[in-house]
Parts: sequence; C-alpha cells; structure tokens
Amino acid sequence: MTGTLAAIGAALAVIGAGYGIGKIGAAAMEAIARQPEAATKIQTAMIISAALIEGVALFGVVVALIA
Amino acid sequence: MKTKNIIGFFFFFLLAGVTISSFGKEVEKKVEGEEEFNAGTFILEHVSDSHEWHILTKKNGESVAIYLPVILYSKEKGLDFFFSKKLAHGHTYKGYRLEEEGELQGKIVSINEEGQVDEENLPLDFSMTKTVLGMLFAAIIGLVLFLSLARSYSKAGISHPKGIRSFLEPIVLFVRDDIAIPNLGKDKYEKFMPYLLTVFFFILINNLMGLVPFPPPFGANVTGNIAVTMTLAVCTFLVIQFNGSKTYWKHIYATPGVPFWLSPIMIPVELIGMLAKPFALMVRLFANITGGHIIILSLVSLIFIFDSLVIAPVSILFVIFMDCLELLVAFLQAYVFTLLSALFIGLATEEHH
Repeated sequence: MTGTLAAIGAALAVIGAGYGIGKIGAAAMEAIARQPEAATKIQTAMIISAALIEGVALFGVVVALIA
Repeated sequence: MKTKNIIGFFFFFLLAGVTISSFGKEVEKKVEGEEEFNAGTFILEHVSDSHEWHILTKKNGESVAIYLPVILYSKEKGLDFFFSKKLAHGHTYKGYRLEEEGELQGKIVSINEEGQVDEENLPLDFSMTKTVLGMLFAAIIGLVLFLSLARSYSKAGISHPKGIRSFLEPIVLFVRDDIAIPNLGKDKYEKFMPYLLTVFFFILINNLMGLVPFPPPFGANVTGNIAVTMTLAVCTFLVIQFNGSKTYWKHIYATPGVPFWLSPIMIPVELIGMLAKPFALMVRLFANITGGHIIILSLVSLIFIFDSLVIAPVSILFVIFMDCLELLVAFLQAYVFTLLSALFIGLATEEHH
C-alpha cells in the first residue's frame, strides 16, 4: 500500500513539474518569437528555470523513494 | 562530413553500444542461473555503493569482481585493513561480517566472541568503496586535464589555443563570464573562481563517468550518492558562511524593516532559509543523477522482464534517447549547481545596499 501511494505521490509531483516547465517553455517561445535577437539569453533563462522546477519535482520523487 | 561530426557520431554510438552490451552481458548471465530476474534488486545494486566492483556473474553463479580494500576502525579492535574478498558471501573475518539481510543490510558489523552481532557499536567504516574509487579516478582525470592545461599555458603563452586548451578554455571562460562575473561582480570573482571551477568540473566529470558503465573505473554512481552531494552542498555552505559580509548577517538576524517583536519568528525562518538553499542543491543533484540512472536501468530491464527479444529494439531506442537526455542533464546539473553556488555567494558577499 505504501508503495502504491508513494508511486501516486511521485506521479503527482511529476504532473506539477510538467505543467510548470510547459508554461516556461511556452513563455520562452513567445518571447523568442517577439524578439529573435534575445534568443540566447531567453534560452539560458529558460533552461535555468526548468532545472530549478525539476529540482522541486525531484524532491517529491525522493520522498516517494524513501517511503 | 566534417571531422567534428564524425567524432560526435562515433562517441554517440560508443556510448550506446557500450551501455547496452555491458548490461546485456551481465544480466544474461544472471538469468541463465537458477534465480529469476528481479528488476528491483538489479537496479538498486547498480545505483548504490558496494565494497566490491562487480563485473560479471558467471553461469555457475560465481561472480567476477574487483574486491576493494576495507578499512575499519572499531574501539576494541583498532584499525583494520583487508580486502573485501574475505567478507564475500557472508564470511566472518577478524570478527567482522558484511550483513546481507535485515535492517543492517550492507553494513559491516562486528561479531563478538559468542557469535552475536554487536548492534550498538558499529565499526567506523572508512573503506575504499566503489564510489570512493570512482571519485578518485575522476580526480585523477581532472588533475591530468588541468595540469596539462596549465603547462600548455606556461609554455605557449597567450596564443591561439590548440589541443587540450581548445577544449577546456571555452568551458573555463564560460564559467568565468557567465557564472562568476554576473553573480559575484567584476572585483570579487577571482577569489571564488577556484572553488566554482572545481565544483563544476568535479560534478561534470563524475556525472559523465557515471553514464559509461564499462570498463571498471567508469560506471560508479558517484554524484548519485547523497553523501557525496551532501559534502558538495556543505562545501558551498561553508564558503558562504566564511565569506558572508556584515550586510548578510544583518539580513538574517535583524532583517531591516521588521519590528523587533517579530524577531523570534523571523530568526528561525531566516536560519531555515539559510540551510534550505544548500539542502536544495544537494537533493537536486542527487535526484537528477540517480533518477536518470534508474530510468536507464529500468528500460534495459524491460527486456529481461518480458523475456523476449522482440522488445529489444524498442527498449534500446528508448535507452539511447534517455542516454542523450542524461548527457544533457549531466552538463545542466553541473551548470546549475555552480550557478546557484555563485548566486548564493554573491548574495552573501554584497557590501552595499
């Protein structure tokens, strides 16, 4: 039972991360479309934000692994 | 095709082929033995630390492994040094035994004269385990790379980069121009560059080495070990503490604009915030790398769970895709760790307001 609940918890964390990173990607695409010269800066910022959000999702996965 | 592209494809296929062939070799032999394939233990064995470096398991159940030295210190028996071959398969040697089941599984316990396990005082285990050996090997690679880089500078001076310089110099400049200077300021970044460069290349080399499973010094899951990432986070924490300016400490103990009667709440909150940042660094790196390894191992074990060759092409394609993603994650995690360390150090060393 704990195993199944842990898996569900991890899946919820992943849903949150997927949604968040999707929004970042969308905003980044829009920003690049508006101003193609700033593409590299926007890309860097996007990757950093994606890594940070993924870190948070992985907290959830780690807690699920421990359980 | 340009040489760059050919070399790129070569490494790509080398990585893919080596990954898959080594897993196939090992797991195939285990399946031909009596026991069934248990994906959970297979994955956990590969991701966690151990006192021997397991290479193959032969058909008759014997395993070919490199047995690593075990260094133990216990209060009664003093310092002990021997190879872990003596502890293989649950044998007891010099009063020590490697527990294979139960809650002390994987740890070395000391047995007193009656044969009882002494559960109160576990011996201090300073052994050179698989992770330690992988880390030392990464350190050797790093030393070789950077010493030769330094020597090529002293010989050739500032000139058009060739050889190892053309590979490492852009990365070092990247760490300086995109990580150190924006976060630490033009006047203070030099003091912290050695630390940032060390952290960046240590994480990068260990991540990349963890992706190549074969031959032995590679394939040790170093950065996926929470003790290693905790040490890195503690190093960043110490650098922040020892270089914090007065403004930084004032922010923690007497945040400007907060009335004094709120301080009993604010101070613990600020202290927790101070600790939470390195904690996040630690968990982020550990979870990313270990998660990546677990995914790749699971995809490869799919073949053995389904026990048919049909699923092999699908699984291998997925594994190649995940391996490329893991390459990206290796670089990215090194970059993010270094960037956040630089950011926190920069925040702590700000003077003005």
